[in-house]
Order: sequence, then C-alpha cells, then structure tokens
Amino acid sequence: MRTSLGERLLDLAVSGFLWGFRILIVAAILIGTIASIRAGKYTSEQWIDFVVFGIAQGSIYALIALGYTMVYGILRMINFAHGDIFMTGAFGAYFLATWLNSTGFIDKNPLLGLLIPILFAMLVSAGIAMLVERIAYRPLRGAPRLVPLISAIGASFFLEYAFRGFFGPGKYAYPPIKALEGSWNILGVGILKVQVIVTIAAFVMMAILYSIVMYTKMGKAMRAVSENKDTAALMGIDINRIIVSTFAIGAAMAGAAGVLFSLVYRQIDFYMGFTPGIKAFTAAVLGGIGNIPGAMVGGIVLGIFESVGPSLFLEGLGIPRPYQLKDVIAFTMLVMILLFRPSGILGERLTTKKA
Amino acid sequence: MKKENFIWNAIKTGLLGGAVAIFICLIGMVEIFSKRDVIEKTITLGQFVLLATSVVAGFVASRRTLSLLGQNKPVPNLIAGLLAGLFTGILIALLVIFGNQVNLRAVFLNASPALYDLLTLKKGMGNIWVLPTAGAISGLIGAAYLLLPQILRGPINRSLLFVIFMALFSGLFRVVMINQGPGMEIAAKFLFGQSGLTLSGTIIFFIIVVAITMFWNNKGRDIQTSISRLPKNRQLSLRVLTFALIAYIALGLPLVSGPFIAQVIVTVVLFILMGLGLNITLGFAGLLDLGFVAFYAVGAYTVGLLTSYGQYGLQHIPFWVAVPIAVLVAMAFGAVLGLPVLGVRGDYLAIATLGFGEIVRLLAGSDFLAPYFGGPQGIIGIQKPCLGILGEFIKVDAPRICNGIELGKPQDIYYIAVASALLIAFVAWRLRESRLGRAWMAIREDEDVAEALGINLIQTKLLAYMLGAAFAGLGGAIFATLIGSIFATSMQLIVSINVVSLIIVGGMGSIPGVIVGAIALIGLPELLREISEFRFLLYGATLIVMMLAKPEGLWPSQATKRELHHADADNITAENLI
Amino acid sequence: MKRLFTLISLLVLASMVLAACGPGAAPTYECTDALGCVKIGPSEPVHIAYWGVLSGADASLGEDSKRGVEIAIDDKGGKLLNHDILLTTEDAGCVPEGGATAAAKLASDTSLVGLIGSSCSDETVGGIAAITNAGLTTISPSNTRPVLTDPARGPDYAGYARTAHSDAFQGKAVAEFAYNFLKVTKAATLHDGSAYAQALQQVFADEFKALGGEIVAQEAVAKDATDMKPVLTTISAAGPELLYYPVFVAVGGFVTAQIRDVAGLEDVKIIGSDGIFTADLLKGGGANSKGMYLSSPDFSAFTGDYAGFIAKHEAKYGGSTLSTFHAHAYDAANILFAALEKVAVVEDDGTIYVPRQALREAIFATKDFKGVTGTLSCSASGDCGAPVIAVYEIMNSDPASWNPTSADAPNPKKVYP
Repeated sequence: MRTSLGERLLDLAVSGFLWGFRILIVAAILIGTIASIRAGKYTSEQWIDFVVFGIAQGSIYALIALGYTMVYGILRMINFAHGDIFMTGAFGAYFLATWLNSTGFIDKNPLLGLLIPILFAMLVSAGIAMLVERIAYRPLRGAPRLVPLISAIGASFFLEYAFRGFFGPGKYAYPPIKALEGSWNILGVGILKVQVIVTIAAFVMMAILYSIVMYTKMGKAMRAVSENKDTAALMGIDINRIIVSTFAIGAAMAGAAGVLFSLVYRQIDFYMGFTPGIKAFTAAVLGGIGNIPGAMVGGIVLGIFESVGPSLFLEGLGIPRPYQLKDVIAFTMLVMILLFRPSGILGERLTTKKA
Repeated sequence: MKKENFIWNAIKTGLLGGAVAIFICLIGMVEIFSKRDVIEKTITLGQFVLLATSVVAGFVASRRTLSLLGQNKPVPNLIAGLLAGLFTGILIALLVIFGNQVNLRAVFLNASPALYDLLTLKKGMGNIWVLPTAGAISGLIGAAYLLLPQILRGPINRSLLFVIFMALFSGLFRVVMINQGPGMEIAAKFLFGQSGLTLSGTIIFFIIVVAITMFWNNKGRDIQTSISRLPKNRQLSLRVLTFALIAYIALGLPLVSGPFIAQVIVTVVLFILMGLGLNITLGFAGLLDLGFVAFYAVGAYTVGLLTSYGQYGLQHIPFWVAVPIAVLVAMAFGAVLGLPVLGVRGDYLAIATLGFGEIVRLLAGSDFLAPYFGGPQGIIGIQKPCLGILGEFIKVDAPRICNGIELGKPQDIYYIAVASALLIAFVAWRLRESRLGRAWMAIREDEDVAEALGINLIQTKLLAYMLGAAFAGLGGAIFATLIGSIFATSMQLIVSINVVSLIIVGGMGSIPGVIVGAIALIGLPELLREISEFRFLLYGATLIVMMLAKPEGLWPSQATKRELHHADADNITAENLI
Repeated sequence: MKRLFTLISLLVLASMVLAACGPGAAPTYECTDALGCVKIGPSEPVHIAYWGVLSGADASLGEDSKRGVEIAIDDKGGKLLNHDILLTTEDAGCVPEGGATAAAKLASDTSLVGLIGSSCSDETVGGIAAITNAGLTTISPSNTRPVLTDPARGPDYAGYARTAHSDAFQGKAVAEFAYNFLKVTKAATLHDGSAYAQALQQVFADEFKALGGEIVAQEAVAKDATDMKPVLTTISAAGPELLYYPVFVAVGGFVTAQIRDVAGLEDVKIIGSDGIFTADLLKGGGANSKGMYLSSPDFSAFTGDYAGFIAKHEAKYGGSTLSTFHAHAYDAANILFAALEKVAVVEDDGTIYVPRQALREAIFATKDFKGVTGTLSCSASGDCGAPVIAVYEIMNSDPASWNPTSADAPNPKKVYP
C-alpha cells in the first residue's frame, strides 16, 4: 500500500490536531482548577456541597443510564424513547402520590409513602416500555441500524406529546414527603435527606440489577443474548422474552429514577425526559456501554462534573456565568472519553465475568 | 373451526379501535379538531377523526376475516366490520358513561364535560346510543369498502384523499384565490367555507377527481404509448413544454400566493439544503451526524456578523459577498468538528456529534461570548440582499439604503432559495456520480474493506463532513436573511433530528427523496398550522409508521431498496434454518 | 398529438387569464392612501387578528391577552361600524421563526384591518417586518423588550405600537424597591438565558448600582436546568442579601424550591418579575414561595374601571385571570377600534374602506385615551402604555389561593409603592 506524501502529511496534521486538542483541554482544566482554588472563593464546605449535589443528580442519571446500557448491550440500539419512559414513571407516581397524600397516608407512613409510588412508577414505565417495544421496535429487529433509531425518535416524540395531550403543558408539583425534609449531618457536613435517600436508592437498585444479571438464570440468558443473538437462539433461549424483559427492567429503573427526580426537584412536566435522556446516554458511554457498574460510575462522574465543573474549571478561566455552559463540560468530557478511552471508564461488555 | 375465530377477531379489532378512539379523545384531539370543519356545518374534523377510527377498525376486521375465511363470502366480512365498528363505538360510549360518574378530569385534563357534550352531540346521556350506532355503521362502511371492485376502489381512494387534502388546506386556498380578483373570489367562496369545504365544493371535487382517475385508468395507457411513439423531436418539445410549465408555476407562485406560502416554501428549501448536506455525510458516507444544526448555525451567524447593521456587525459587506464566506467558514467548521471524531464509529458518533451541536448552540447563546455573538439578545438588523449598489454604512442600527431592488420579502428570498436548492441538488448529483461519491459509499458499506482497497479514510471522511457542512451553511445563510435576526435558541437539537428524519423518510442517499421528505415533514406541518397542537405527536407517529411500512423511504434510491429487501431475504433464510 | 399540444396551450392560457382577472366594476370611493385600503363589503365582517403564544408552556400568557381582546369585542356588542367583528388567531410559539411565519400568514390575508399582538418580544422581532410591509399595524399587549419602541428602532417597526410597559421601567422599579424599601445593599441576579430575563436583570443591576448598591454576583443557567443548587452555591459564596431572578416559570420554580436548601441563602430576599407572576410558580416553588416578591404592572394603579373588567372576565370565563396583560390587551383592542372608527370611510350601502396609512397614523396619534390601564397616549415610536410597576408579596403558597386582584384576600398582595 503506497501512501503519497500528501496523504502522509495529512495523517500527520490530523494526529497533530488531535493531540493538540487533547492537550488544550487538559491544560484548560488544569489552569482553571488551579486558578479557582487559588482564588479561594469557596470554602471547603462549599466544595463538598458541590460534590454532594453532583452525586445526587448523578444517581438519577445513573439509574436512567442503566436502562440505556442494558438495551444497547443486547440490541445495539440507542433507545431514544428511554428518557421519556423516565417521564412516564414520574407522572404515574405523581397521580398516585397526590391521591395518597390527600388521604394523609404519606405523612403517617413515610417509608411506604416512598416505596409504593416507586413500585407503581416501575410498573407504569415497564408497561409502557413493553408496549413501545412491541409496536415500534420488534418488527424492526432485522433492519439496518438507522431504521430502529428513527422509530425510536418517533416513539420519543409520540410519548412526549401524548402525555402533553393527556396532562397539559404545565408543570405539576410532586407532593413532598414531610419526613424527608431537612438535612442530616454526615461526617460534619449537612446533606439534604432527599439527596441521601436518592443516592442510596440508586445504589441499591444497581446492586439488585447487577445480581440479577450476574447470578440468575435470566441474567445469564441476557448476557448470552448480548454476546451473540443467533447462537443464544440456537441454545434454546427465547430471544423475544429476554428482549422484552430487558426493556421492562431497564424501564423500571428509569421509572424509579422518575420518582426520585420528583422528590428532589419537585416539578414535573411532559418534556422532562428529553435532556436527562441525552445526559444518561452520555453517562452510559462514559462508564462503558453495556456495563452495569459502568453506567453507575458514568452517571455519578457526569453528575459531579456538571456540578463542580463550572466552578472549578470555568470560573478559574475567567468565564462569566459558568453554569450556563454546564452542558458544554458534559459533552466535552464525552468527546475526551471517546478520544482517550473509547471503551469507557470501566470498559465495554455486559458479559465480562472472570471465568 | 374458523367461523368462531372471525367473530372474536372482529371484536378484538373493535376493542383495539375503541382504545385508539379513547386515546384520541383523551389527548384533546377531538376537542380541538372539532373547531375545524371538514365540510362546513356538516361534519367537523373531530367527528371525522372518530368516524375514521371506526371505519378503519371495520376495514381491518374485514381484511382479517378475508384471510381467515377466503374470498367468496361477503356476509361474514360485513358482519365483522359491523362488529368492529360497534365495539369501537361502545368503548367511546363507555368513556362518556364512566366519565359522567367518576371525575376523570383530575387525571386526564381533557376528560371534561365539554368533551362529553361533543361526543353526545350536546344532547346529553340520552343520546348515548348515537355512538355505538355511528360506530357500527362506519365499521360496516369500512368492511364494504374492502368488497368494492378494484376499478372503483382506486378512484374512490384518490378522491377521498384529495377531498381531505382540500379540506385541510381550504383556508390557504381560499385566501390565495380571493386575492386574485372578483372572479376567483366568487369561485373561492363557493368551494371553500370559512373553515373547511362547502358541501357543494366537496361534491364537485369528489366528482372531478373520480372522473379524472377513471379517465386516466382507461385512456392513460393509450396516451403514454402514443407519446412514446412520437418522433424524437416532438417528444423533446413536449418535455421542454412540461419544464416550461413547471418553471412558470414555480416562478409565478410567490406573486400569486403571497408571503406566507413563500415563507413556508423557503423554510422547506432550507431543510432541503440541509438535507442534501446530511445526505452526503449520512446518506453517502454513512456517518451518523446528529449535530448537523451546528453548521447551519455557523452559516447563519457568519452572515449575521458580516452583514448586520446592528451593534454586533463586524464588517458591513453585502449579502452576496457574505454568503460564499459563510459557506467557507462552515466548511472549515466541518473539518474542525469532524477531525476529533474521525475514529469514532456508529452510535458513538451520533452522540458525540450531538454533543458538538449542543456545544455550538450553548456557546453561541452564552453570556461568555455575548460581546461577539450577541448572547441571548441575538444578532438583529441583518441587511437584506440588494440587487444593486448598497449605500454607505452610516451608523449602528440604521439600515443601509439599497440603490436597486431590495430583496426583503419572503417572496423575494424565495427566488434565492429555489436557485440555491437547484444548484446544490445539481452539485450533490454530480458528487454522487463521481469517484468521491463512490468512495463515500464504500466507506458506508465497510470502512475496513474500503481502507484496504486504498481509499484514504481521513480525506474522504473529512470531505464528507466539509461538504455536508457547506450545504448546511448555505441554508443557514439564507435563514439569517429571511428572518433578519438570529438567536441561538433557533439552533436546537430538534433541527438536527428533523434533518435526519427527513432524509430517512424521504429515502436515504436519494436526492428526490430529500425533497419529498422535506415537503412531508416540514412543509405540511407548517401549512397545517391549525393542527400545530398535535404536530409532534403526528410527526412521531408518522416516523414509526414509515419505518414499519416503508423503511427505504418515500422516494428511495435504487441501492437502498435493494439493501433493505436483501436484509429481509437474509433474515428469512436464517430463521428457516432453525 | 396535436390535440395534446392544444390542450396544454389552452391550460396555460386559461391560467394566465384567471390570474389576470382584474377588478370588476369601478368603485365609487377612490382609495388614495399610500398603503392601500381594505374594502369590506356590506355583509362582510371587520376582520382583526390576534397573534401570540397560544400553545406550549407559555400559552397562558397568550390566552390571557386574547381574552382581553374578546371582552373588548363583547363590550362593543360584537359590532363595529355596523359590521360584525371577526377575530381570528395565529399561534407564534414565542420564538422568532414562529413570529415570522405567523406574520407572513397574516400579511397574506388582505381582509385584515388591524392586529393585536404579539405576546413574546421574540415573536415581534421575527415578524414585524412582514407586518409593517403589508401595511398592517399591530398593537402589542405584552411585549416588554425596551428596543421595540426605541426611537432609533428602524423602519421595520413603523407598524408597531404597544400598550405594555418597557422593561426599562420594570427593572428600575425593582431596583428602587430593593434599595429604598427593603434596604438591601448587596444584590445578586440570576437569568435563564432568555433575552427577556437577561435584559431585565441587567437593567436592575445598572439601576441598583446607580442608587449606590453593590451587585455581588450575576449568574445564569440554561433554560432546561433542573439542579439549581450548584449555581446557588456560587451565588451564596458572594454573600448577597437579595436575589433577583426575573426568569420564566421553568427555572423560577426550581430556584424557589431549592434556594433555602443552600447554605448561606436561607434568609436572602427573593424577587421575580412578571415572567413568573402566575399560579404555576407556586406549584413549582412550593412552601418556599411564601414571602417571595414579584414585580408586575400595578393593577391597583389602573385608573380605568379595572374592577368592572374583572367582573366581565369572571362572568365570561370563570376563575381568575391567567396572566398579567389582559387589561393591556383590552386597551389595545379599544385603541384599534377607536382609530378604525375615526378613519374608516363608510358608503351608503354599508361598504367600508379602511385606508391603511391613515389607520396607522390614527393609532400613533392616540392621545389621552381613557383605557383601563390608565390614560394612554402613544408616542411617535409606539409607546402607548402608562407604565406603573408595583411589587407584590406572595402571602400564601397554595396555588389555589392565587388571586392578585381579589379585594379582601389578594395573593400576592401589593406592598410597593
């Protein structure tokens, strides 16, 4: 294979550019960080606050990312409608919680008042996801990659605007759980109770999901299907059932995330799933697509970077109103990961089990 | 054995139809559509949609019965249709009954007394029998439709579609015709009511289309053969005449139709330009770029910054000079944004480019770069194109005087837009037939094989990004001058998604497909603004239906058609093996 | 073959003839107006249009103003100059492209005599050129961006006037409230990336500094942000006594709900503006909404019969008003009607001719017009409003209790001036 001088120069220019790009970003981050810390605008408590806020937000991303990563691992498809499944869970829980609240149930049983809406949201989300899978994805299983992607985009719009039709474009206020107001003092730092609950809930659910995938028969089947669909079918695994279960479980996680989101941020509306959906997919890629602990790690890392990043990097660089550019940080991080380590933080593959 | 099945089948279809009808009611479609007439004072769009649901239920039930029982028995088909329609109506009735007892409105905003009034034609619960009856009758019609002989079905299909089309766009036609003069005005008021068609108009359109279709079915073949038997120079002059006619209509359209239709066409053309660009990046080269709006933004902002007489105008040069610069800047951006992701494949590329698109939007609207790009206030005061000499730049916020013809109105920009679209379509066509085009298609099929065959991946991919960006940049440039101002909020992710959808719905890699896709996904919703409340809902449904029914697009290229049907063939073989 | 040729030529000829169909009998009134006249036949309605945001999250703003216009039409008995008044609407979606498309559609309709709109300033920026160039004039009830009625605004705005205040007044009023009434000296601002919020908080900042106060932080978030705590922590680090966030409901609700959870901001005073002067804020903000201040046009300073207007609103629509500019829309419609009555030429058979330029001039020449919002006079650059801004305090965080115009239990309640 002969490469002309021109082509070699082009290759050189491209690699040079890419290296320059990476160095520029890393340098910007370092300079910004040093300058911010030197400026001393924030106390160490405030820095911890930033991190804690990020962890809470990140846990929500992580739960949604779990669904993305599982579906992608098995079907190699970005389920664009997943963010909207998150929204359907939130709405389902909203109506149930409002009714429970009006009977005073939640005040008397805070724990149940938390768990019951979560379970209901999981059911609603799983149901809707299975419906979407049946109508919009299953007939397209053999098609080239773009076709189910467009179908997913269509499903996303359909869900969003169907819910807008049902419930209107306005915001709904999720009823707060009185027992969860206020903060706990953990290791000398005041952290909001809801944030702790959200983080713990996310980790618990991830652990449950991980155990299901690693230690149960269905989990094994899922890993087999994600490894090689046709071989798994030959081995006698019911592909349809596995795929539907994957969608259902991923959706359930997203539904639960919807409730947790509502508890922390209180306002829900029909469009709330759009941006978290994109962020969650970014988190899944960050952590390693197809990798369950990866989704968790990716989510938390993304959340922390979004929360701390503007103050830590951008302010030091002299950028005014840094929080407007919070998403820029998130996406730049994504591009960096794709350049530095495309398999993500924890690497790809749902299935790598130490033999 | 099968006899029971078909009844149960029909009932199931009816229940499904009922669920769909309830869905339509609860999302508010029936209420809002009821404000618009299909046939003035006779039937509203809301009623039409509900009846259509029963008709379709009846049709589907009838078809299933046909496949269960075979051809020669009309009666079971009709029964199936009747049952399906009946159950659809029953379910709607149940909604009303249930809604009158339980306050559904606490959950579903649209389950209101107003809705129930509409459904029972304002006569309350006593009228509830109307719903199942209307459902049954429409179901019967749907089933009967299946039994019509083919000769009648074709014309009736076309006429129905045409009538519905005319009804939806009646407002537009009416206004345009009224503007033409008293003769047309009388015709307009006869055919079109204030909202929807008049009864006479409906009948006239129906008859005309049926007549034309039947005429064409009978004589069409003959006409076609007689044309092909003409001597060559006559055929040529016929073609020339057809083109001249099309050109005449295209050139005269803005003069006749006014600024609104011109504006819509310009918007469609802008998306065609972007579509042609993405067609190169995605359609030819297979690079899934979801951040395409970034290049559109670059083109728009470049023109804005270079021609604006507001405070952010960097230079004050004429539009015609600014456009090529905008295209070049967009190309440069194409290279810059393409370089980091050269090695990234597939869906990761999608999300990475999505990120880029968002980064460009956020930076453009940020306070950080506001001194240069205007921030949230945007760039206003973009000078319109001038066919002539542009006057001196006097001071900030004073528009410059055009010594010549100023192309300020949408009708004027229409010409610029259409000319650009023709030019770019030509360029795209030549590119596809060129070596570069074939290199792109090779990359799309399999990058590694292409590289092994000696195609320089870097060069080819970069060129794909750059050329795609150039076309989008041109679109952005025209957009800037059309609206006269640019805001970062116009450059959302949804624009990129629209462009991807339209080239897939139109047919990926196909140039006529881009045009069809743009008209379908961009033009129609703009024209049907009364239905804008449900624009995205219908958009989403259309995408799903298109992918299920015709994934190769509305006007596919030959390659895509072969590809998709080839894939089907493969699947069947594999399954047969197991 | 020859037959086909003839057929096609005939079609071409026919279309040319139809297109060139000229006017019929000569009119008895000669229209000498520079922009042309609208001819309304004896049985035809007087066609006006309302354009604004009628769908989406901000629909309550557009819907609220539309109701003001509808009440004005009712007050006229549905008739003007013995013809029925026909009101049609166009949705512009609160974005410039939407405004441009709505304006293009309106500009195509030659039966329109005048417009009320738009709702959002962005819509006007996108659409005003088409409207002005079509010879139409529009009066906006709720655009508040200062540049729209700036004397140096350019010829595209020749057909634009408004009865709403300019944000230049609102920002100043809030600054005076903060400095003189609340007696704070350190303030911070937050905006949501919208042109409205960014401009308004800047006016506030400039005026506050001119009064002698100190702006310790000016921050911003993206419109779809949900987690406000990091940016609020940044603001807290600067030590403000007051936070002014003149944003829209999406961001406003989140900020109000989360601000007390941030260390250091438990006691800061919070002020918003008319973008969140709606019950939706209470839904999102929850218990924290109580004690929050909001600036808005001063309903009690309306010198006209505002109470009467509210009664009519209650009778026709039930429930309280949706947003803040209904009375401004009512006045805008009446100014349009008054100008129409002044310049229209009515023939014996009932045909009306409305000269467009004369109508435009009549609108801009409005002086001492007794409207509900005040005694209105239009400036040469289109400012017809009587801008009096008040600051209200939210007394009760229950969304059902929202009723700013109630006599005995107003929520929010006016506290300044």
